[in-house]
Amino acid sequence: MPGASPASAALPRSRPAPGALRAALGFLRGQPFAIAGLAIYLIFLIFAVFADQIATHDPRQILFSGAYRVARYLPPSETHYLGTTSGGRDIFSQLVHGTRSALKVGVTAALCVVLLGSLMGLLAGYLGGWVDRVIMRLSDIVLGLPFLPFVLVISALTRPGLLTVVASVALLLWPNTARVIRSQVLSLRERGWVEAARVTGCSTARIIFVHIAPQVAPLAALYGSIAVGWAILTEASASFLGFGDPAAISWGLMLQDAFANQALSREAWNWFVPPGLCIVALVLAGFLVSRGSEKLLFPKLGD
Amino acid sequence: MKRLPGRLGQAILVLWAVASVTFLLFRLMPGDPTLNFLSESFSEEMRAALLASFGLDRPLPEQYVLYLGSLLRGDLGVSFLQKRPVADILLEALPNTVALTVTALLVAYAFGIVAGAFLAFARGTVTEGIAIPAALITRAAPEFWLGMILLAWLSFGWGIFPSSGANQAGSEFSSEWARLTSADFLWHLVLPALTLALYLQGLPLLLMRATMLEVLNDEFIVMARMKGLSRWAIVMRHAARNALLPVATAFALGLGQSFGGNVVIETVFSWPGLGRVLVSAVQGADYPLAQGAFIMIAFVLVTMNMVADLLYAWLDPRVSVGARR
Repeated sequence: MPGASPASAALPRSRPAPGALRAALGFLRGQPFAIAGLAIYLIFLIFAVFADQIATHDPRQILFSGAYRVARYLPPSETHYLGTTSGGRDIFSQLVHGTRSALKVGVTAALCVVLLGSLMGLLAGYLGGWVDRVIMRLSDIVLGLPFLPFVLVISALTRPGLLTVVASVALLLWPNTARVIRSQVLSLRERGWVEAARVTGCSTARIIFVHIAPQVAPLAALYGSIAVGWAILTEASASFLGFGDPAAISWGLMLQDAFANQALSREAWNWFVPPGLCIVALVLAGFLVSRGSEKLLFPKLGD
Repeated sequence: MKRLPGRLGQAILVLWAVASVTFLLFRLMPGDPTLNFLSESFSEEMRAALLASFGLDRPLPEQYVLYLGSLLRGDLGVSFLQKRPVADILLEALPNTVALTVTALLVAYAFGIVAGAFLAFARGTVTEGIAIPAALITRAAPEFWLGMILLAWLSFGWGIFPSSGANQAGSEFSSEWARLTSADFLWHLVLPALTLALYLQGLPLLLMRATMLEVLNDEFIVMARMKGLSRWAIVMRHAARNALLPVATAFALGLGQSFGGNVVIETVFSWPGLGRVLVSAVQGADYPLAQGAFIMIAFVLVTMNMVADLLYAWLDPRVSVGARR
């Protein structure tokens, strides 16, 4: 049976998807970490989707209090839940809209890291030989590039923006994923069912992408959930250093704005604490999910 | 150590590749670098002479060979904006970055190792339930945000610590060493080092705890317990020694990574180190300086990656059983 999925060989025959889903849910019940992480993701997702409805003001609009007086440095109130910035913009609305760019950067960067890393790991692990050597040397070189300085240089080289952050995160973070996937593939390719697929005449591409890839997918997902956090932190740092897209609304830019406009000496805690807390929560969610799924992937580590 | 030559060769190869990538990156930079410090009144000849003085008029392959040659001699060129050798500027910034990084790492690892070992014994307690998420939170927080909070609280709020710089403006010292050991410098160092340490301590803490838990279940610990050794002796002489292995490797890796990662902390605290040199050079399109700072940071990173590898092999004989006999 060349087409048989390798997973079905190990599992009892014909397990329907809903059963697997129920199993996953049942597993989650014992994973407070993973549940907390997923819950945080869900909350931010709701904020991102309904940002226009939740935000009380236009995040870019300069607000006025009374006749021609810009509403700067207002403390939190009923109309401005978190007060206003030095430029007279509503902080709460900026925060809500910032969720969008954070999720966009985090998710696309994680996808890119996972795809690139898995591809490299699969090729290096299965093909071996010179392909393996080239990919591994390449990953050595990438690991020798300092992360944030590289992002800065790339941002200066191209147009600063979310895409630049995503691209540089993907370019620099794939080796970690690739190495783990590779070592996994090294052991997988010696298994009987791969041998069987080979004997029945499956093409190399089919073996790699149809038979082996699904086996390493959960491991790749684990690295993806960490990459989400990395990408968001990187975007924040780059924006803070002045290499962000000035037209975007992001938590990093909010912090940069606050830092550059004396929020610290004015002790405008309402301005610079909330964006940081949002970043912490979203990055933490990735850690929690990966800790939870770690137990799912490596049951031995669990005890 | 038979690994050394091979690993050294690999490090040199990586350094060469990094230097080449850097060369390409900076030659691809948009805009004419000379525009930044040439006024329009400059004649075409003056511009050409200036380009020639930076070697920018030659064909790219020739520039590349010249570039590699001068890198080997430690010549990083001349800064566009400051009109001084890049190497001099970097060497002035280096001690500040080293002081910041090493202090923060030592504090972070001393705390992390002790706290991590302690937490391994506090398994399943309330302390663990609070400490582990707390450690994760410090790793999830952007470094510069932690710095901003400490600044607003301890510097602008309570006025205990200075808010920027490494020394009081206008202070003079007989030597670099006198400056680095002066009370003034150390006073300025507290907040940036604390911020960095706060960010770094999570890794050794979690690592130490995880390996301690693993080690404590090992057979040789059971053996030690059966020999009737005290709990303290078991922890210190047997368990901790083995658990320290990955922590030591992480320390070396952390040293290399912090050099580059310091960029944001140095910006928050206006700390005159390598990272800040890099940021202002990139912002000011001072390419020779930016390139030099980038290469220096990469050099430290590659070297520490190698040290970490060798350290691991040296501390754990199992990794290099064949090589050590």
